[in-house]
Amino acid sequence: MRVETKRQPLPPRERLQQVFDIQDLTAIYGSKPALKDVSMGVYRNLVTAVIGPSGCGKSTFIRCLNRMNDLVPGFRQTGTIRYHGQDIAAKDVDPVAVRRTIGMVFQRPNPFPKSIFDNVAWGLRVLGMKDNLPERVERALTQAALWDEVKDRLKASALSLSGGQQQRLCIARAIAVEPDVVLMDEPASALDPIATQAIELLLHELKSEYSFVIVTHNMQQAARVADMTAFFSISRGEEGDRWGELIEYDSTEKIFTAPSDKRTEDYVTGRFG
Amino acid sequence: MSTLDATGEAARRPFPGRRVRTGDVLLQGVAGLAALGAVVLLGLIAYKIVDGARLSLSTFGLGFLTHVGWDPVHSRFGAGGFLFGTAVTSIGALLLATPLALGIALFLTELAPRWIRGPVTALVETLAAIPSVVIGLWGILVLGPVLHDHVMPALHSTLGFIPLFGPSTTGSTIFTAILVLTIMILPIVSSISRELFVGVPPELKEAALGLGTTRWEMVRGVVLPYTRGGVAAAMILGLGRAVGEAIAVAQVSGAFNNGISWNLFSSGNTLAAQIALEYQSAETNLDVSSLFYLGLILLVFSLVVNLLARVVVRRGARRQGVLAR
Repeated sequence: MRVETKRQPLPPRERLQQVFDIQDLTAIYGSKPALKDVSMGVYRNLVTAVIGPSGCGKSTFIRCLNRMNDLVPGFRQTGTIRYHGQDIAAKDVDPVAVRRTIGMVFQRPNPFPKSIFDNVAWGLRVLGMKDNLPERVERALTQAALWDEVKDRLKASALSLSGGQQQRLCIARAIAVEPDVVLMDEPASALDPIATQAIELLLHELKSEYSFVIVTHNMQQAARVADMTAFFSISRGEEGDRWGELIEYDSTEKIFTAPSDKRTEDYVTGRFG
Repeated sequence: MSTLDATGEAARRPFPGRRVRTGDVLLQGVAGLAALGAVVLLGLIAYKIVDGARLSLSTFGLGFLTHVGWDPVHSRFGAGGFLFGTAVTSIGALLLATPLALGIALFLTELAPRWIRGPVTALVETLAAIPSVVIGLWGILVLGPVLHDHVMPALHSTLGFIPLFGPSTTGSTIFTAILVLTIMILPIVSSISRELFVGVPPELKEAALGLGTTRWEMVRGVVLPYTRGGVAAAMILGLGRAVGEAIAVAQVSGAFNNGISWNLFSSGNTLAAQIALEYQSAETNLDVSSLFYLGLILLVFSLVVNLLARVVVRRGARRQGVLAR
């Protein structure tokens, strides 16, 4: 199956500004490598999709980008992840500051058990962005295309919202604190098609202000939203061990219409995965 | 397709009728009797206590609750001093134990390196296994003298302007009782809190940390609000334990029955300790009956505490149930 891609042509690579420069990233849980030797760049104001079969390490990969894996016991990584030149994987970098600049939206909507307003306002308050709080909340909710649906019930519990609304609230919460990059770990996998479409539209709207890295197992979604696509797959060693690997990284158009690796072609045409 | 190779009757009726299964009947009988036994026992105990207190109830009425003093010679008894002592010791213990317990629970769930979590959890819970009489003995022999020689004079000389920290004449004081009770309720409050903190959904913690908040901000903004109801219930259960503790308090509080004082460094007594100390020397019917009256007050209080904890837990559970939906 070929997927239609309709998009503006990408500017030439040399005119793109690199946000992340990832070199030889290897991620290990305990003694099992989840990901080996990933090298790629992520560019400013683009949507970068990470696709691949289950277990190929795509979630592990984006969780490396904001030090979220620090919370996992037994996790180690090697290689460098340069963010605007600074290696954020280095031990002396404060992970709290990294996450402050590189936000995250998770697979399952995870609003706080607080009011809709407080879900967005909490991060702002804690991070000291207390001036014009209501305006900031309104702006974030508007950007997340949720404002019109919730403006009359900001004091209602966030848990009273539908799944799709909750996920947009989580996006609003993430962008309210004005991050530079927003990482999304399969943000639509728990949502119905209409809610999914709402989130994809959002990405188009917001990428002029942020850079997005989105993990998805849904190829059509990658084809619809992403400018660049990275295809990860599972490699197997001689002793039955397996790890994730970056197979091919290129413009989405190229990945879906003329991939240079046979494995990518098999995957995007549905022969594997 | 039928695979029954039985008679034609079995083929018409593939399933046999209900059978009486001996095991099921036996289980039902034994379990039912046990449950019934517990209910009956509670009823009997409550009846005996009310019955035993009847003489004292009719003699002193509700005035018993406010009268301070326990005077067997003149047969004049009152619970006022014990109520005061019970309130001061158990609330004091709760105020000291709660922050400590929350600190322990947070350390064990969020902060400690993984390899020390198991051993420390086990040790804290072992604290609950120490018999109260042993803690009481330690209270008399070790804690009391240390407090009297060092801690109380120091507190009196620095914070003496607060009436709570008056001069001390002995190591057996309300303050000693507060500390002993703190040690005794610490494990309950901390182990319940630890379980509550473990139960906070990791997605919520990640959501907070993903915004770039610190661990403390995450704990304050997510973990504590999420577990508020449960922690309140844990505190109430701790309070119940502190109120009901007799032996250890009897050992360290100084058993002073005739007067109340805001000075924590003076002796006092509590409802439960008084019952434990007095029942052997009670000679008159009215004396015994008055002890039953003290017991009745305790019984009513612990019923209320348990019901309250239940209500709080249920309310908390409902709030968390919304999250699962």
